[in-house]
Order: sequence, then structure tokens, then C-alpha cells
Amino acid sequence: MSSFTLESGTVDTPAASTVLSMQQALNRALDEVLADNPKAVIFGEDCGRLGGVFRITDGLQAKHGEQRVSDTPLAESGILGLSVGLAMAGFHPIPEVQFDGFAYPAINQIVCQIARMNYRSRGRLPMPITLRVPSFGGIRAPEHHGESLEALFAHVPGLKVVSPSDPHEAYHLLKYAAARPDPVIFLEPKSRYWQKGDVAPEHGGPPTGAKVMRPGRHLTLVAWGAMVARCLQVADLAAEDGIDVEVLDLRWLKPIDAEALAASVRKTRRAVVVHEAPLTSGLGAEVAQLITQGCFDTLKAPVERVTGFDVPYPSGDLEDEYIPNIDRILFGIQRVLEYRRG
Amino acid sequence: MDTLPPGASGDDAAPLSPADLRELYSLMAAVRHLDTSAIAWQRQGIIPGYAPEAGQEAAQVGSGYAVDRTRDFVFPTYREMGVARTLGVDMVAYMSTHKAIWHGGLYDPLESRLAPIQAVVAGSVLHAVGWAHGQTLSRPAGASTEHTTGVALAYFGDGASSQGDVHEAMNFAAVMKAPVVFFVQNNGWAISVPTERQVAGGSVAARAAGYGMPALQIDGDDVVAVVDATRRAFAHARQGNGPVLVEAMTYRRGPHSTSDDPGRYRSLDEEREGAGEDPLERFRQRLLADGIADEEFFAGALAAARAEEEQIRAGLQALTPRPGAEMFDLVFQETTPALQAQAASWRKESEHV
Ligand SMILES: Cc1ncc(C[n+]2csc(CCOP(=O)(O)OP(=O)(O)O)c2C)c(N)n1
Repeated sequence: MSSFTLESGTVDTPAASTVLSMQQALNRALDEVLADNPKAVIFGEDCGRLGGVFRITDGLQAKHGEQRVSDTPLAESGILGLSVGLAMAGFHPIPEVQFDGFAYPAINQIVCQIARMNYRSRGRLPMPITLRVPSFGGIRAPEHHGESLEALFAHVPGLKVVSPSDPHEAYHLLKYAAARPDPVIFLEPKSRYWQKGDVAPEHGGPPTGAKVMRPGRHLTLVAWGAMVARCLQVADLAAEDGIDVEVLDLRWLKPIDAEALAASVRKTRRAVVVHEAPLTSGLGAEVAQLITQGCFDTLKAPVERVTGFDVPYPSGDLEDEYIPNIDRILFGIQRVLEYRRG
Repeated sequence: MDTLPPGASGDDAAPLSPADLRELYSLMAAVRHLDTSAIAWQRQGIIPGYAPEAGQEAAQVGSGYAVDRTRDFVFPTYREMGVARTLGVDMVAYMSTHKAIWHGGLYDPLESRLAPIQAVVAGSVLHAVGWAHGQTLSRPAGASTEHTTGVALAYFGDGASSQGDVHEAMNFAAVMKAPVVFFVQNNGWAISVPTERQVAGGSVAARAAGYGMPALQIDGDDVVAVVDATRRAFAHARQGNGPVLVEAMTYRRGPHSTSDDPGRYRSLDEEREGAGEDPLERFRQRLLADGIADEEFFAGALAAARAEEEQIRAGLQALTPRPGAEMFDLVFQETTPALQAQAASWRKESEHV
């Protein structure tokens, strides 16, 4: 049995890079996956002719044919159950659930079937399924279009979970995920789909583990998905006050790179976890525990969390109140910097 | 009900020879004997639980007999022991599930063509559609479908037919023209709930019309009728015409599982009346009347079933728990650092070094 080794990365200066939006980067990754792997198949609601409501699969059906890229009936459990059978038949399904909140009707197939089939069959029926889920809030969408499901999926034995934070990460992480022999839940931060950035196809760096997006000395901000960009913004602002913030993009939410967390916080001695999901039993608790375990002696303050609230995801008007904003993250930073032992 | 258009059926419709008929009887006898024994094993503490299938032998053996193990794939529930036996699955490995050794069983699903046993009703019906769609995708462009396409055979019950996944599966299969045979064993009961309180619309077979799918409702206690119907359904699906639904009307005698108490929902008299004639006895009379088998043959079949059962029991009793490390090793193809760490601490803190 091989191992999913965690190799942390740092920011690389992209050589021969192109500027792409995350949507384009994901689209290019899928195009290449289809070209490289004849067993890869993409399907979901509106994935074919329309190219998906976010156009992530744009043009792929025209290029690779209706067999490889197809529209399914509107039924999430059906889409995920179909993936199981296709995987059993030797395919590498890359299904799409149109929006995060519609993964709920498929939970039975994801948790009871996809996550367990390798185990149940003693390794004879691997589930190389990459489930793409446009995730998280920030786009003023209707109810069920802005959920953060990472803790739910990360809690399920047999699933791996990853979320890219920018176009470069999106390209490399998706290509890596789609080559795995195990099920990967790929959470795309939909509020970042149209943001552009450098993508260096030849220089990915290690696609596993966490990645330091900005080195710093005074404290570590831990984030993933859309919150990484916000934390980088916060770091710029904090720098004006002489606070040197390190930003760690966790990238893999399962398995979590505990080494990288410890390495960063051993250096900065303070940490704030930032996520959009509700506070209680969120992934921030897991991260805080891993940091405590790895850095108890060196920690200068308890790990802080800046998160969404324990409320159903609110409608657009209240979204900015719900998602951690710059001020709330700065308050979190202040709390760890000013902490004094009782 | 029979809405399956007649058509050329190739290999799937070879008439049953006298040798086939005798083989079917031997299989049914072996399954009946093993099933009765498994209940006894549970009472004796050899296995903790079992889902009996007495009365469903014709439905299971007949449908399993239609499977071509070189190209088809079968998706069972938790009650398909007779299908497994008909497919030639290693029965000790199959029964290991009921001995609580490994969920899914210890048999090799790829070699045996039988997906792992599982407990979520209707859970695997969609998998059958996915696998079948994979056959369509794998077919070279322009190739004749005949003699190349594998068919997925999905088993489920009248109770399971209420699950949303079954409706999604039928719709997907019909839209995709996937080579699937949906094989419903309507055994009259879903634990304590009778079919009339479970299935609206008259029958499960009646629903097929809504998906534009042909259906057959058959006497599931007549093994020859089951073989015939399943083969016709296979032929139809194999030739690229899409899915077929077969509803085999049968009856679950005795309890739903070894921990069920059917006395709370029906009387023995009701059971006798509902169950009708024993499918095994019925087939025996038919073989006798047609001069295809004699008493000597039946005695031989029973002796073989007994010997086989003894062998399986011995194998099962000799079966020891799997090494605990497998608990960690088989979660992923590529393990994770957290799992490795948990396995290491388990090793250190347990006695199973
Ligand atoms: C999704 C799900 N819900 C509930 C159960 C509990 N349960 C196990 S078997 C059963 C009845 C199934 O009846 P049917 O599909 O007719 O099959 P039968 O057992 O009669 O062969 C129930 C309710 C289950 N296994 N799965």
C-alpha cells in the first residue's frame, strides 16, 4: 500500500506562467485530465452542453464527446451512486454537484457507499472519484448555495478533502486529485472563480500538505479556500502596523498537514484559524488541537478561531456579517497578541 | 404483466436441457439446506445473525442462473445467499459477513462478479446503473453490442422499492439506455410491513411504464419461469435496448432475520396460506412428472447438499478474525499520516502486536 505523504510547500515564483481565472484554471485541468486519462469521465447537472452553471466544464463536451462529458438527470444521489458503479467498472468519475447544499441529498451515497467501498471490498473496489463541489458563500446566492461542508466530509472515514485558494492551486490540486485512487471531495471556493492569478503549469510544487502563502514572524493565520485571499489582505494591513503575519493555506482538510501547522506555529508562537463554516465542531477545532499538540510548550496564547456563526447560512444581505471579515480577523489577531497568562 | 417485446435473444435464450433442470434442482436443494443450517448455526452460536431466504430459492437460483460470469456483474442486498451460491461464490467467504468477520464478505467481488454484500436497502441499485453505463462507454464505436456487453443485475426488495435511489436508478438507466436488469424479489414483506402498505400503484412492475421500461411480473416460485424471464431481460438489455424490470412474486417464510419475531405481525396459519406451495417441492414434482429426475437423483442432491453444508460449517468455524491491522490498511489505497499514526498507537497500546 502506498502512502499519501504530506509535503508542505512555500510560495514559488512561477516560471512560464499564464494569467488565468480559477474557472479557467479548473477548466484547463479537467481538459488535460480527459486528454491524459481515457478512463476519466465528467458528468453532472448541466455539465455537458452548458459547461456547468459556473462554466467549469465549458467546451469539454464539444472537445471530448458526449460519452466523456455528459448531462445527467437532476438527482444528486443518482449522480454519486452512478459514480460508484462507474468506478467499479474501471472508470475515474469526476462528478459535479452543482452547489454545496445539494450534496446533502447525496450524503447517503457519499458516506455509506463511496467512502466505504474500498474497505468493504478489502481494497478490490477502489473508488477513484473526484467530487467537485462549488462551495462556500460570498456570492449573494439563494439558500443552500453557500454551505461549508468541509468538517462534515473530513469527519467521514474513507474520504479525502481538499480546497484550492487561487488559480495556480486550483489547477495543480485538481490534476493531482483526479489522479488519486481514493475518493477526494474537491471544494471549489465559488467566490474566487473569477479572480485571476498566475498559473505555472510546469511548476506546481508538492500538491499535498499545506503551503505557506506568505511567511511572517509574529503569528500564523491558518485558512483554506476563499479565506486565504482574505487573510493575505489582512496580513498586508497588519504589516502597516508592524505586525508580521504568516499565512498558511491548509489546502488539504483531510489529511491535515499537522507538521506544517506545527512548523509554522513553533516559529510564530501564535495562531488564528479562519473559516466560513459555523464555529461549533468546525474544522478550526481540529486545527487548534493539532497546533496545541505540536506546539504546547511554545504557544504564547490559546489558538483563536474566527469563523462563521452557528446559524443557517444567511441570505445575501447578511452574508458580510456572517463570513469572517477583515475587522473580525484583525480582532482575532489582537486577541492572540494581547493575551496575558491569568 | 409482460411488456417485454419478443426478440432475438442469442445465448441468453438457449432452452433449458434436462441436465440444466437437474442442475437447477441441485442448486435449490443446496441453498435450502444451507439456509436452514445457517439459522441453526445462529441458534447454536456459530454465527451471530443471518437473513433467511426460505421460499425464495427459485427466484434466487433462477435469476442467478441467467448470469454470464465472463461479462455480467451482480449487485446483491443482504439476502442473496442463493444467488451467491448459484454464481459459485466461495460460501465460507460469503458467510463470513454473517459471522461478523468482515462487512461485505471475504470473497473477491471482481473474480466472483458479485459486489460486496451491503445493508443499506437500495444502496447498490444505482451502482448497477453506473457499472452498466460503464459497459456502454467501453463499447468501441460502431461495434455490435451482441456478445460483448455485460449486463448488471440489481437485486432489491419490495420495501427497498420505496427508496428514492430506486427511482433515480430507474430513471437514469432508462435515460442512458444502460444494460441493467432490475430484479425485484417481492417476498410480500418488508420486515413487518406487507406489500400493500409498501407499494403504491399496484406493483413494482407497474412503475416501469413510467420510465418507458419494459417489465415482467412473474411467478417467482417457478424456477423455470424465473430463468426464462431473466434470460429474456438479459437479452433485451445486452442488445442495447436499455433496462428491464423483473418482479418475481414470492414469499418470505419465517422471520426477516434471526432477530425478528414474525409472530407479532402474522400468524403461522397466515404464513402457510400466503406462502403457497414450496418452490422446491413444486419443482421436484415437475421433474418427476416429466421423467427428468427420479428418487435416486433427489436423494443424491440432498446428500451433496448435506456434505457441502458440513464443509462450509467447518470452514466457517475454522475462520478466525482478520488481523486488526487490516482495519487501518484497507481504508484507502493511499493511506494517510493520521491513519498511520493511529495504527501505530493501536499497535503499541493493544495486545495484538
Ligand atoms: C436505507 C435503509 N433503511 C432501513 C433499513 C432497515 N431495514 C433492513 S431490511 C428492511 C426491510 C426491507 O424490505 P425489502 O426491501 O422488501 O427486502 P426483504 O428484507 O423483504 O428481502 C429494513 C426496513 C435499511 N437496511 N436500510
